[in-house]
Amino acid sequence: MKSTRRPGLTAPASQAGKPRKRRAGVLPGFGLSMGITLTYLGLLVLVPLASLPLKSMSLGWEGFWKIVTAPRVLASYQVTFGASLAAALVNLVFGAIVAWVLVRYSFPGKKILDALVDLPFALPTAVAGIALTAIYAQNGWLGKPLGEWFGLKVAYTPLGIAIALVFIGLPFVVRTVQPVLEDIEREIEEAAASLGADRWQTVRRVLLPALLPALLTGFALAFARAVGEYGSVVFIAGNMPMISEITPLLIISRLEEYDYAGAAAIAIVMLALAFVLLLAINLIQGWNARRGERGS
Amino acid sequence: MIPHHSGHLTEPRWVRGTLLTLALAFLTLFLLVPLATVFTEALRKGWQLYLAAITEADAVEAIKLTLLVAAIALPVNLSFGVAAAWAITRFEFRGKQFLITLIDLPFSISPVVAGLIFVLMFGTQGWFGGWLQEHDLKIVFATPGVILATLFVTFPFVARELIPLMQAQGCEEEQAALTLGASGWRIFQRVTLPNIKWGLLYGAILANARAMGEFGAVSVVSGHVRGETNTMTLHVEILYNEYQFSAAFAVASLLALLALVTLVIKNFIAWRAARSAAREASSQAALSELSSADSPPPIFQPIQSR
Repeated sequence: MKSTRRPGLTAPASQAGKPRKRRAGVLPGFGLSMGITLTYLGLLVLVPLASLPLKSMSLGWEGFWKIVTAPRVLASYQVTFGASLAAALVNLVFGAIVAWVLVRYSFPGKKILDALVDLPFALPTAVAGIALTAIYAQNGWLGKPLGEWFGLKVAYTPLGIAIALVFIGLPFVVRTVQPVLEDIEREIEEAAASLGADRWQTVRRVLLPALLPALLTGFALAFARAVGEYGSVVFIAGNMPMISEITPLLIISRLEEYDYAGAAAIAIVMLALAFVLLLAINLIQGWNARRGERGS
Repeated sequence: MIPHHSGHLTEPRWVRGTLLTLALAFLTLFLLVPLATVFTEALRKGWQLYLAAITEADAVEAIKLTLLVAAIALPVNLSFGVAAAWAITRFEFRGKQFLITLIDLPFSISPVVAGLIFVLMFGTQGWFGGWLQEHDLKIVFATPGVILATLFVTFPFVARELIPLMQAQGCEEEQAALTLGASGWRIFQRVTLPNIKWGLLYGAILANARAMGEFGAVSVVSGHVRGETNTMTLHVEILYNEYQFSAAFAVASLLALLALVTLVIKNFIAWRAARSAAREASSQAALSELSSADSPPPIFQPIQSR
């Protein structure tokens, strides 16, 4: 089976396979480029990040635990994770369908639609936030019929948060699945068909396993992005404590009360979760790379 | 060869129709409708109010600050990205994968946390708060803070575009130039730069879109001083919270236009890269396996080194 990794991420054989003939240090500029990289990384990212544990240390372990498990904070985790998970699941299903349609079918306007999939990366989150709020507010042109016909309130509820997060996470699954799907050779499907598999069996037994790592990666990326999202959510959320208050907003309200240590404590919980998700994504990628090598 | 649209190689017509309808409905609902809403809401009260909203003094100040922040953040992160990609792809050293993960870190951190760490460093209660106050300097709740937060959130963009690209290209050409006696800078200018120019531009325009559109991180550090520390996105927020919806959407429409321009340039670059890759492939059929390495990778694919 052909490797499912994108060619862009595959190093040429000369680098991956054979031991490198020329050792490090042939080309000039190692000291300079490494010096710039480490200094800048340290000053801009690592030292400022170190302020989080140092600041929350002033609370002591008990104080820290009390803050990050306060009822209002726990409720905010629930809102954030619940909405992020729901949004990532919607994106998993529809992202897979969109990627499939964009790769396999042809229809007018396909190129433009394909380009527009990246809109959530390019559109400032605050702009997305006020646009979605205008659409789903009680007098908005989708909010109004939804409310009148189904009694469904979207804006200023957790449902509104999930909708904003679907928008934010929309490109991830599409963009991770699309290149893999493009790389899958039609011969594999032809082989399955010639062996007597019907279309559904081919999709389930041949295509889905090949797409699984990409689907999982896209899902995890969309989820990770949604958990930290702020700009698009604050406008549509209504921000009611215990009901529709997300964790990032809670950090901001702690800051506005000049409770720096409390803000840092909640931020550490978010940071820890970000690390876990990053690790999960790396594990999926590693698993995929190993699978690709074995298969090729 | 078996034609694609016959037999078991494609879905029944009704399945195709359903999938296509679902995909189009989803994209319309979540992409086209919000985008259209920005412009219709902006123009709801007519052109005159639209123009008034974007030429009003505070709006102009916000636009100026946004441009200033991007004009500083972009070259700094561009230089860093090139340096990091050079160090990572042209040399072997221990802990390379760890370094790449660290460079990627700002992508996985909530923008609010990104803003918070600079408040903890430079705020009145922060590490350097006392010292800054003594010397009458202000970083947080002032322009430098906005710039720092923007630098942080756009930190990985250029590096993560360049690392896979330069890795795929290898360093044979640079080594050839070296044996011909070229100096380091000359190699970089004449060999490396022409090879990576599209990847560089690709990273730069994505970083620019993020720099101009950042909201969460900037909102934490700016202090929302109208006409002074408000970027465009913060100005949109203030107008919106004051129920000046048309004005808010008017300024937002400028940002939406920026997003559209970004997408157009991005697709142009991808098209150029694909075209030059195809040309190379036809002239060097043997290398065709590697040729698509020229096309820029998707935006948020985790970088893998080997």
